[in-house]
Amino acid sequence: MTGWPLLLESLPRVQRDRLFTLADERDFSAGSTLFDEGGIADRFWLIRSGEVALDVYVPGRRAQVVETLGPRQQLGWSWIFPPYRWHLGARALGAVRTWEFPAAEVRELCMADTELGYELMLRCAALIADRLQATRLRLLDLYTPHGSVPS
Amino acid sequence: MTTVPLPYRVTAVSEETADCVSLEVTPVGRALPEFSPGRFAMVYAFGVGEVPISVSAIRDGHRLVHTVRAIGAVTGALCRLRAGDAVGLRGPYGIGWDLDAAAGSDVLVVAGGIGLAPLRPVVRHVLNHPGHYGRLHVLIGARTPADLLFGGELEHWRRASAQVEVTVDRPGPGWCGSVGVVTTLLDRADWRPARTTALICGPEVMIRHTARALLARGLPAHRLQVSLERNMRCGTGHCGHCQLGPLLLCRDGPVVGYDRTRSLLAVREL
Ligand SMILES: Cc1cc2nc3c(=O)[nH]c(=O)nc-3n(C[C@H](O)[C@H](O)[C@H](O)COP(=O)(O)OP(=O)(O)OC[C@H]3O[C@@H](n4cnc5c(N)ncnc54)[C@H](O)[C@@H]3O)c2cc1C
Ligand code: FES
Repeated sequence: MTGWPLLLESLPRVQRDRLFTLADERDFSAGSTLFDEGGIADRFWLIRSGEVALDVYVPGRRAQVVETLGPRQQLGWSWIFPPYRWHLGARALGAVRTWEFPAAEVRELCMADTELGYELMLRCAALIADRLQATRLRLLDLYTPHGSVPS
Repeated sequence: MTTVPLPYRVTAVSEETADCVSLEVTPVGRALPEFSPGRFAMVYAFGVGEVPISVSAIRDGHRLVHTVRAIGAVTGALCRLRAGDAVGLRGPYGIGWDLDAAAGSDVLVVAGGIGLAPLRPVVRHVLNHPGHYGRLHVLIGARTPADLLFGGELEHWRRASAQVEVTVDRPGPGWCGSVGVVTTLLDRADWRPARTTALICGPEVMIRHTARALLARGLPAHRLQVSLERNMRCGTGHCGHCQLGPLLLCRDGPVVGYDRTRSLLAVREL
Protein backbone atom coordinates (compact mmCIF):
# COMPACT_ATOMS: atom_id res chain seq x y z
CA MET A 1 0.00 0.00 0.00
CA THR A 2 1.19 3.49 -0.78
CA GLY A 3 0.16 5.24 2.39
CA TRP A 4 -1.80 7.79 0.32
CA PRO A 5 -5.39 8.44 1.33
CA LEU A 6 -7.51 5.86 -0.48
CA LEU A 7 -9.26 8.55 -2.53
CA LEU A 8 -5.95 9.55 -4.06
CA GLU A 9 -4.22 6.19 -4.29
CA SER A 10 -2.91 5.59 -7.82
CA LEU A 11 -4.28 8.92 -9.03
CA PRO A 12 -1.80 10.42 -11.53
CA ARG A 13 0.51 12.84 -9.77
CA VAL A 14 -0.58 15.89 -11.81
CA GLN A 15 -4.18 15.34 -10.84
CA ARG A 16 -3.30 14.70 -7.23
CA ASP A 17 -1.28 17.93 -7.12
CA ARG A 18 -4.13 19.83 -8.71
CA LEU A 19 -6.50 18.61 -6.02
CA PHE A 20 -4.01 19.31 -3.26
CA THR A 21 -3.75 22.98 -4.23
CA LEU A 22 -7.23 23.23 -2.73
CA ALA A 23 -6.41 21.37 0.49
CA ASP A 24 -5.67 22.84 3.89
CA GLU A 25 -4.07 20.99 6.74
CA ARG A 26 -6.52 21.03 9.61
CA ASP A 27 -6.30 19.37 13.01
CA PHE A 28 -9.03 18.67 15.52
CA SER A 29 -8.67 18.09 19.22
CA ALA A 30 -10.22 15.12 21.01
CA GLY A 31 -13.96 15.44 21.42
CA SER A 32 -14.39 18.27 18.93
CA THR A 33 -17.31 18.25 16.52
CA LEU A 34 -16.46 18.25 12.83
CA PHE A 35 -20.09 18.50 11.79
CA ASP A 36 -23.61 17.82 12.96
CA GLU A 37 -26.37 15.86 11.27
CA GLY A 38 -28.37 18.20 9.01
CA GLY A 39 -25.60 20.82 8.84
CA ILE A 40 -24.31 22.20 5.54
CA ALA A 41 -21.88 19.83 3.87
CA ASP A 42 -19.50 22.41 2.43
CA ARG A 43 -16.24 20.46 2.86
CA PHE A 44 -14.76 17.02 3.28
CA TRP A 45 -11.64 15.59 4.84
CA LEU A 46 -9.01 12.97 4.21
CA ILE A 47 -7.86 11.64 7.56
CA ARG A 48 -4.10 11.58 8.10
CA SER A 49 -4.14 10.26 11.66
CA GLY A 50 -6.62 9.70 14.47
CA GLU A 51 -10.18 8.42 14.51
CA VAL A 52 -13.50 10.09 13.84
CA ALA A 53 -16.84 8.69 15.02
CA LEU A 54 -19.93 9.08 12.85
CA ASP A 55 -23.09 9.26 14.88
CA VAL A 56 -26.85 9.55 14.67
CA TYR A 57 -28.82 11.65 17.07
CA VAL A 58 -31.52 9.61 18.80
CA PRO A 59 -33.95 11.70 20.88
CA GLY A 60 -33.69 10.97 24.58
CA ARG A 61 -30.44 9.04 24.20
CA ARG A 62 -26.80 9.79 23.66
CA ALA A 63 -25.76 10.11 20.03
CA GLN A 64 -25.26 6.56 18.74
CA VAL A 65 -21.96 5.87 17.01
CA VAL A 66 -22.60 3.93 13.80
CA GLU A 67 -19.10 3.82 12.35
CA THR A 68 -15.61 5.13 12.92
CA LEU A 69 -13.17 6.27 10.27
CA GLY A 70 -9.41 6.32 10.56
CA PRO A 71 -6.18 7.08 8.72
CA ARG A 72 -6.32 7.15 4.88
CA GLN A 73 -10.09 7.20 4.88
CA GLN A 74 -12.35 9.89 3.49
CA LEU A 75 -14.71 11.67 5.83
CA GLY A 76 -17.82 12.95 4.13
CA TRP A 77 -19.58 12.42 0.82
CA SER A 78 -22.78 14.45 1.38
CA TRP A 79 -21.02 17.39 -0.32
CA ILE A 80 -21.33 15.63 -3.69
CA PHE A 81 -25.11 15.82 -4.09
CA PRO A 82 -27.65 18.56 -3.36
CA PRO A 83 -28.97 19.54 -0.88
CA TYR A 84 -25.41 19.27 0.53
CA ARG A 85 -26.47 18.39 4.07
CA TRP A 86 -24.70 15.96 6.40
CA HIS A 87 -26.52 12.68 6.91
CA LEU A 88 -24.65 11.94 10.15
CA GLY A 89 -22.68 13.80 12.78
CA ALA A 90 -18.90 13.48 13.18
CA ARG A 91 -16.75 13.82 16.29
CA ALA A 92 -13.01 13.43 16.82
CA LEU A 93 -12.31 10.49 19.13
CA GLY A 94 -8.78 11.63 19.84
CA ALA A 95 -6.48 14.16 18.22
CA VAL A 96 -7.20 14.04 14.47
CA ARG A 97 -5.03 15.35 11.64
CA THR A 98 -6.66 15.92 8.27
CA TRP A 99 -6.47 17.51 4.90
CA GLU A 100 -9.58 19.60 4.48
CA PHE A 101 -11.08 20.22 1.03
CA PRO A 102 -13.64 22.92 0.20
CA ALA A 103 -16.58 21.21 -1.50
CA ALA A 104 -17.67 23.92 -3.93
CA GLU A 105 -14.15 24.37 -5.27
CA VAL A 106 -13.62 20.63 -5.67
CA ARG A 107 -16.91 20.40 -7.58
CA GLU A 108 -15.81 23.30 -9.81
CA LEU A 109 -12.47 21.60 -10.43
CA CYS A 110 -14.33 18.41 -11.38
CA MET A 111 -16.42 20.35 -13.91
CA ALA A 112 -13.38 22.08 -15.35
CA ASP A 113 -11.21 18.96 -15.50
CA THR A 114 -13.74 16.26 -16.32
CA GLU A 115 -11.11 13.54 -16.48
CA LEU A 116 -10.12 14.23 -12.87
CA GLY A 117 -13.79 14.75 -12.03
CA TYR A 118 -14.71 11.34 -13.45
CA GLU A 119 -11.90 9.64 -11.55
CA LEU A 120 -12.84 11.32 -8.29
CA MET A 121 -16.52 10.54 -8.67
CA LEU A 122 -15.72 6.89 -9.46
CA ARG A 123 -13.72 6.68 -6.27
CA CYS A 124 -16.39 8.40 -4.22
CA ALA A 125 -19.00 6.04 -5.68
CA ALA A 126 -16.82 3.07 -4.69
CA LEU A 127 -16.55 4.50 -1.18
CA ILE A 128 -20.32 4.91 -0.90
CA ALA A 129 -20.82 1.35 -2.21
CA ASP A 130 -18.32 0.04 0.35
CA ARG A 131 -20.07 1.77 3.22
CA LEU A 132 -23.44 0.49 2.01
CA GLN A 133 -22.10 -3.05 1.81
CA ALA A 134 -20.50 -2.78 5.27
CA THR A 135 -23.78 -1.54 6.71
CA ARG A 136 -25.65 -4.46 5.16
CA LEU A 137 -23.21 -6.94 6.62
CA ARG A 138 -23.63 -5.47 10.06
CA LEU A 139 -27.42 -5.74 9.70
CA LEU A 140 -26.89 -9.49 9.32
CA ASP A 141 -25.63 -9.50 12.90
CA LEU A 142 -22.99 -11.99 11.82
CA TYR A 143 -21.40 -12.78 15.13
CA THR A 144 -24.57 -13.93 16.87
CA PRO A 145 -24.74 -17.72 17.05
CA HIS A 146 -26.67 -18.22 13.84
CA GLY A 147 -25.75 -15.06 12.01
CA SER A 148 -29.35 -13.95 12.31
CA VAL A 149 -30.97 -12.19 9.38
CA PRO A 150 -33.30 -9.35 10.30
CA SER A 151 -36.89 -10.27 9.51
CA MET B 1 -5.37 -42.09 16.34
CA THR B 2 -8.24 -43.22 18.53
CA THR B 3 -11.85 -42.94 17.40
CA VAL B 4 -13.12 -43.67 20.90
CA PRO B 5 -13.25 -40.65 23.23
CA LEU B 6 -10.54 -40.62 25.88
CA PRO B 7 -11.41 -39.30 29.33
CA TYR B 8 -10.14 -35.83 30.14
CA ARG B 9 -10.74 -33.76 33.26
CA VAL B 10 -11.49 -30.06 33.32
CA THR B 11 -8.62 -28.52 35.25
CA ALA B 12 -9.47 -24.83 34.84
CA VAL B 13 -12.40 -22.78 33.62
CA SER B 14 -12.25 -19.12 32.69
CA GLU B 15 -15.25 -17.08 31.67
CA GLU B 16 -14.32 -15.14 28.57
CA THR B 17 -17.67 -13.41 27.93
CA ALA B 18 -21.28 -13.89 29.00
CA ASP B 19 -21.69 -16.91 26.68
CA CYS B 20 -18.13 -18.10 26.19
CA VAL B 21 -15.76 -20.04 28.41
CA SER B 22 -12.27 -21.44 28.06
CA LEU B 23 -11.90 -24.96 29.42
CA GLU B 24 -8.48 -26.35 30.18
CA VAL B 25 -8.63 -30.13 29.98
CA THR B 26 -6.00 -32.65 31.08
CA PRO B 27 -5.90 -36.36 30.19
CA VAL B 28 -7.00 -38.69 32.96
CA GLY B 29 -4.92 -41.55 31.57
CA ARG B 30 -3.66 -41.88 28.02
CA ALA B 31 -3.35 -38.57 26.18
CA LEU B 32 -4.33 -37.83 22.60
CA PRO B 33 -1.49 -37.20 20.16
CA GLU B 34 -0.22 -33.62 20.13
CA PHE B 35 -2.47 -30.96 18.56
CA SER B 36 -1.25 -28.17 16.31
CA PRO B 37 -2.90 -24.75 15.81
CA GLY B 38 -6.08 -24.93 13.73
CA ARG B 39 -6.81 -28.61 14.40
CA PHE B 40 -9.81 -29.62 16.45
CA ALA B 41 -11.10 -32.26 18.85
CA MET B 42 -14.50 -33.90 18.97
CA VAL B 43 -15.48 -32.97 22.51
CA TYR B 44 -18.07 -35.13 24.21
CA ALA B 45 -20.26 -33.71 26.97
CA PHE B 46 -21.32 -36.91 28.72
CA GLY B 47 -24.97 -37.75 28.20
CA VAL B 48 -25.55 -34.79 25.89
CA GLY B 49 -23.48 -35.17 22.74
CA GLU B 50 -20.31 -34.45 20.87
CA VAL B 51 -19.18 -31.37 18.92
CA PRO B 52 -16.06 -30.24 17.07
CA ILE B 53 -14.10 -27.61 18.99
CA SER B 54 -10.73 -26.18 17.98
CA VAL B 55 -7.79 -25.85 20.33
CA SER B 56 -7.37 -22.30 21.55
CA ALA B 57 -4.17 -23.09 23.45
CA ILE B 58 -1.88 -26.07 23.86
CA ARG B 59 -0.08 -26.30 27.19
CA ASP B 60 2.83 -28.66 27.79
CA GLY B 61 1.77 -30.76 24.83
CA HIS B 62 -1.14 -32.60 26.44
CA ARG B 63 -3.13 -30.02 28.37
CA LEU B 64 -5.53 -28.44 25.92
CA VAL B 65 -7.64 -25.32 26.09
CA HIS B 66 -10.94 -25.14 24.23
CA THR B 67 -12.84 -21.89 24.04
CA VAL B 68 -16.51 -22.66 23.62
CA ARG B 69 -19.45 -20.46 22.81
CA ALA B 70 -22.79 -21.71 24.10
CA ILE B 71 -25.20 -21.85 21.20
CA GLY B 72 -27.05 -25.14 21.68
CA ALA B 73 -27.38 -28.30 23.72
CA VAL B 74 -23.81 -29.59 23.61
CA THR B 75 -21.92 -26.31 23.69
CA GLY B 76 -24.32 -25.17 26.44
CA ALA B 77 -23.45 -28.25 28.51
CA LEU B 78 -19.72 -27.70 27.92
CA CYS B 79 -20.00 -24.11 29.07
CA ARG B 80 -21.60 -25.26 32.33
CA LEU B 81 -18.72 -27.60 33.22
CA ARG B 82 -16.69 -26.86 36.34
CA ALA B 83 -13.15 -27.77 37.36
CA GLY B 84 -13.05 -31.47 38.20
CA ASP B 85 -15.80 -32.46 35.73
CA ALA B 86 -15.09 -35.06 33.08
CA VAL B 87 -15.31 -34.80 29.27
CA GLY B 88 -14.44 -37.18 26.44
CA LEU B 89 -12.08 -36.14 23.67
CA ARG B 90 -11.22 -37.60 20.25
CA GLY B 91 -8.66 -36.16 17.90
CA PRO B 92 -6.63 -34.37 16.79
CA TYR B 93 -8.66 -33.97 13.61
CA GLY B 94 -8.38 -31.96 10.45
CA ILE B 95 -5.66 -29.93 8.88
CA GLY B 96 -4.45 -26.91 10.81
CA TRP B 97 -2.86 -23.62 9.78
CA ASP B 98 0.12 -24.04 7.49
CA LEU B 99 2.58 -21.98 9.48
CA ASP B 100 5.54 -23.24 7.46
CA ALA B 101 4.05 -21.55 4.42
CA ALA B 102 4.02 -18.31 6.38
CA ALA B 103 7.68 -18.53 7.40
CA GLY B 104 9.65 -15.51 6.27
CA SER B 105 6.58 -13.45 5.48
CA ASP B 106 4.48 -11.00 7.45
CA VAL B 107 1.47 -12.59 9.07
CA LEU B 108 -1.99 -11.07 9.01
CA VAL B 109 -4.58 -12.68 11.23
CA VAL B 110 -8.21 -11.66 10.70
CA ALA B 111 -10.69 -13.03 13.23
CA GLY B 112 -14.43 -12.59 13.65
CA GLY B 113 -16.21 -13.49 16.88
CA ILE B 114 -15.38 -16.96 18.19
CA GLY B 115 -13.04 -17.27 15.16
CA LEU B 116 -10.34 -15.75 17.32
CA ALA B 117 -10.19 -18.99 19.35
CA PRO B 118 -8.54 -21.17 16.66
CA LEU B 119 -6.27 -18.28 15.73
CA ARG B 120 -4.99 -17.61 19.24
CA PRO B 121 -2.39 -20.43 19.02
CA VAL B 122 -1.18 -18.92 15.74
CA VAL B 123 -0.62 -15.52 17.33
CA ARG B 124 1.19 -17.12 20.26
CA HIS B 125 3.30 -19.26 17.94
CA VAL B 126 4.36 -16.29 15.81
CA LEU B 127 5.19 -14.22 18.89
CA ASN B 128 7.17 -17.11 20.35
CA HIS B 129 9.29 -17.43 17.20
CA PRO B 130 10.75 -13.99 16.59
CA GLY B 131 12.85 -13.94 13.46
CA HIS B 132 10.84 -16.70 11.75
CA TYR B 133 8.15 -14.34 10.61
CA GLY B 134 7.96 -10.67 9.65
CA ARG B 135 5.44 -8.29 11.12
CA LEU B 136 2.34 -9.61 12.83
CA HIS B 137 -1.02 -7.87 12.43
CA VAL B 138 -4.09 -9.10 14.27
CA LEU B 139 -7.42 -7.64 13.17
CA ILE B 140 -10.41 -8.59 15.28
CA GLY B 141 -14.11 -8.00 14.72
CA ALA B 142 -16.61 -8.55 17.52
CA ARG B 143 -20.31 -7.88 17.88
CA THR B 144 -20.02 -5.65 20.94
CA PRO B 145 -17.12 -4.75 23.26
CA ALA B 146 -18.52 -7.25 25.78
CA ASP B 147 -18.20 -10.06 23.21
CA LEU B 148 -14.48 -9.54 22.74
CA LEU B 149 -12.48 -12.66 23.57
CA PHE B 150 -9.16 -12.79 25.42
CA GLY B 151 -9.41 -9.08 26.33
CA GLY B 152 -6.49 -9.11 28.76
CA GLU B 153 -4.24 -11.05 26.41
CA LEU B 154 -4.56 -8.57 23.55
CA GLU B 155 -2.51 -6.00 25.47
CA HIS B 156 0.11 -8.65 26.01
CA TRP B 157 0.28 -9.30 22.24
CA ARG B 158 0.65 -5.58 21.59
CA ARG B 159 3.53 -5.32 24.05
CA ALA B 160 5.14 -8.31 22.35
CA SER B 161 5.23 -6.39 19.00
CA ALA B 162 1.96 -7.45 17.36
CA GLN B 163 -0.20 -4.71 15.87
CA VAL B 164 -3.63 -5.52 17.24
CA GLU B 165 -6.71 -3.67 16.02
CA VAL B 166 -10.22 -4.29 17.23
CA THR B 167 -13.51 -3.14 15.78
CA VAL B 168 -17.05 -3.77 17.00
CA ASP B 169 -20.39 -3.72 15.22
CA ARG B 170 -22.22 -2.14 18.12
CA PRO B 171 -20.36 0.09 20.53
CA GLY B 172 -21.63 0.41 24.07
CA PRO B 173 -21.20 3.45 26.28
CA GLY B 174 -17.56 3.97 27.09
CA TRP B 175 -16.19 2.29 23.94
CA CYS B 176 -13.72 4.61 22.23
CA GLY B 177 -12.34 2.16 19.71
CA SER B 178 -13.31 1.45 16.11
CA VAL B 179 -16.86 0.74 15.01
CA GLY B 180 -17.55 -1.05 11.73
CA VAL B 181 -16.88 -4.28 9.89
CA VAL B 182 -13.49 -5.91 10.24
CA THR B 183 -12.56 -5.20 6.61
CA THR B 184 -12.40 -1.48 7.38
CA LEU B 185 -9.33 -2.19 9.49
CA LEU B 186 -7.50 -3.42 6.39
CA ASP B 187 -7.18 0.08 5.02
CA ARG B 188 -5.88 1.50 8.25
CA ALA B 189 -3.34 -1.15 9.21
CA ASP B 190 0.05 -0.67 7.65
CA TRP B 191 0.37 -4.16 6.16
CA ARG B 192 2.20 -5.13 2.98
CA PRO B 193 0.02 -7.28 0.68
CA ALA B 194 2.92 -8.58 -1.40
CA ARG B 195 4.82 -9.85 1.65
CA THR B 196 1.96 -11.18 3.73
CA THR B 197 0.39 -14.52 4.51
CA ALA B 198 -3.16 -14.03 5.76
CA LEU B 199 -5.21 -16.36 7.94
CA ILE B 200 -8.94 -15.82 8.41
CA CYS B 201 -11.45 -17.45 10.73
CA GLY B 202 -14.97 -16.29 11.50
CA PRO B 203 -18.49 -16.52 10.15
CA GLU B 204 -18.44 -17.68 6.53
CA VAL B 205 -19.91 -14.42 5.19
CA MET B 206 -17.17 -12.51 6.98
CA ILE B 207 -14.56 -14.86 5.50
CA ARG B 208 -15.87 -14.32 1.97
CA HIS B 209 -15.89 -10.56 2.26
CA THR B 210 -12.53 -10.35 4.00
CA ALA B 211 -10.94 -12.64 1.42
CA ARG B 212 -12.25 -10.49 -1.43
CA ALA B 213 -11.03 -7.34 0.28
CA LEU B 214 -7.57 -8.84 0.80
CA LEU B 215 -7.26 -9.96 -2.82
CA ALA B 216 -8.46 -6.56 -4.02
CA ARG B 217 -5.59 -5.01 -2.10
CA GLY B 218 -3.05 -7.26 -3.81
CA LEU B 219 -2.69 -10.33 -1.59
CA PRO B 220 -2.06 -13.39 -3.79
CA ALA B 221 -4.78 -16.08 -3.33
CA HIS B 222 -2.21 -18.78 -2.57
CA ARG B 223 -1.09 -16.79 0.46
CA LEU B 224 -4.50 -16.86 2.03
CA GLN B 225 -5.74 -19.61 4.36
CA VAL B 226 -9.29 -19.78 5.66
CA SER B 227 -10.85 -21.99 8.32
CA LEU B 228 -14.27 -23.27 7.29
CA GLU B 229 -16.89 -24.87 9.46
CA ARG B 230 -19.60 -27.29 8.53
CA ASN B 231 -21.66 -29.50 10.78
CA MET B 232 -19.52 -32.45 11.74
CA ARG B 233 -20.40 -35.85 13.14
CA CYS B 234 -17.60 -38.38 12.68
CA GLY B 235 -14.61 -36.08 12.26
CA THR B 236 -12.87 -38.83 10.34
CA GLY B 237 -14.05 -38.37 6.76
CA HIS B 238 -16.65 -41.14 6.81
CA CYS B 239 -20.14 -39.76 7.40
CA GLY B 240 -20.18 -36.97 4.81
CA HIS B 241 -21.83 -34.37 7.04
CA CYS B 242 -19.08 -31.83 6.56
CA GLN B 243 -18.97 -31.93 2.79
CA LEU B 244 -18.16 -28.80 0.80
CA GLY B 245 -18.12 -29.79 -2.87
CA PRO B 246 -15.23 -32.21 -3.33
CA LEU B 247 -13.91 -31.55 0.19
CA LEU B 248 -14.74 -33.23 3.46
CA LEU B 249 -13.85 -30.42 5.81
CA CYS B 250 -13.14 -32.61 8.84
CA ARG B 251 -10.43 -34.33 6.80
CA ASP B 252 -9.40 -31.79 4.11
CA GLY B 253 -9.99 -28.76 6.37
CA PRO B 254 -11.05 -26.93 8.42
CA VAL B 255 -8.10 -24.84 7.22
CA VAL B 256 -8.03 -24.69 3.43
CA GLY B 257 -6.07 -22.57 0.96
CA TYR B 258 -8.34 -19.92 -0.50
CA ASP B 259 -7.23 -20.78 -4.03
CA ARG B 260 -8.88 -24.18 -3.46
CA THR B 261 -12.12 -23.01 -1.92
CA ARG B 262 -12.74 -19.69 -3.57
CA SER B 263 -15.18 -21.05 -6.17
CA LEU B 264 -16.85 -23.38 -3.64
CA LEU B 265 -17.64 -20.50 -1.31
CA ALA B 266 -19.54 -18.76 -4.08
CA VAL B 267 -21.89 -21.72 -4.67
CA ARG B 268 -25.20 -21.25 -2.88
CA GLU B 269 -26.00 -24.85 -2.04
CA LEU B 270 -23.52 -27.69 -2.08
C1 LIG C 1 -13.82 -27.55 12.82
C2 LIG C 1 -14.71 -26.81 13.77
C3 LIG C 1 -14.15 -26.13 14.83
C4 LIG C 1 -14.97 -25.46 15.74
N1 LIG C 1 -14.38 -24.80 16.78
C5 LIG C 1 -15.17 -24.19 17.68
C6 LIG C 1 -14.58 -23.53 18.80
O1 LIG C 1 -13.37 -23.49 18.97
N2 LIG C 1 -15.42 -22.96 19.69
C7 LIG C 1 -16.79 -22.99 19.54
O2 LIG C 1 -17.48 -22.45 20.40
N3 LIG C 1 -17.36 -23.57 18.48
C8 LIG C 1 -16.60 -24.18 17.56
N4 LIG C 1 -17.20 -24.81 16.50
C9 LIG C 1 -18.66 -24.75 16.36
C10 LIG C 1 -19.30 -25.79 17.24
O3 LIG C 1 -18.92 -27.06 16.82
C11 LIG C 1 -20.84 -25.63 17.17
O4 LIG C 1 -21.19 -24.46 17.82
C12 LIG C 1 -21.53 -26.80 17.81
O5 LIG C 1 -21.42 -27.91 16.96
C13 LIG C 1 -23.00 -26.53 18.08
O6 LIG C 1 -23.50 -27.64 18.77
P1 LIG C 1 -24.63 -27.56 19.88
O7 LIG C 1 -25.08 -28.95 20.20
O8 LIG C 1 -24.23 -26.72 21.03
O9 LIG C 1 -25.74 -26.80 19.16
P2 LIG C 1 -26.88 -27.46 18.30
O10 LIG C 1 -28.03 -27.64 19.24
O11 LIG C 1 -26.38 -28.57 17.47
O12 LIG C 1 -27.11 -26.30 17.33
C14 LIG C 1 -27.72 -25.12 17.71
C15 LIG C 1 -27.81 -24.27 16.49
O13 LIG C 1 -26.51 -23.97 16.00
C16 LIG C 1 -26.37 -24.32 14.66
N5 LIG C 1 -25.04 -24.89 14.45
C17 LIG C 1 -24.65 -26.15 14.60
N6 LIG C 1 -23.36 -26.29 14.29
C18 LIG C 1 -22.92 -25.10 13.95
C19 LIG C 1 -21.66 -24.61 13.53
N7 LIG C 1 -20.61 -25.42 13.28
N8 LIG C 1 -21.55 -23.28 13.32
C20 LIG C 1 -22.61 -22.46 13.48
N9 LIG C 1 -23.82 -22.89 13.85
C21 LIG C 1 -23.97 -24.18 14.08
C22 LIG C 1 -27.41 -25.36 14.40
O14 LIG C 1 -27.82 -25.28 13.04
C23 LIG C 1 -28.51 -24.96 15.34
O15 LIG C 1 -29.34 -24.00 14.76
C24 LIG C 1 -16.39 -25.47 15.57
C25 LIG C 1 -16.95 -26.15 14.51
C26 LIG C 1 -16.13 -26.81 13.60
C27 LIG C 1 -16.75 -27.53 12.46
S1 FES D 1 -17.72 -35.15 9.81
FE1 FES D 1 -18.05 -37.08 8.94
S2 FES D 1 -17.11 -36.92 7.02
FE2 FES D 1 -16.59 -35.07 8.00
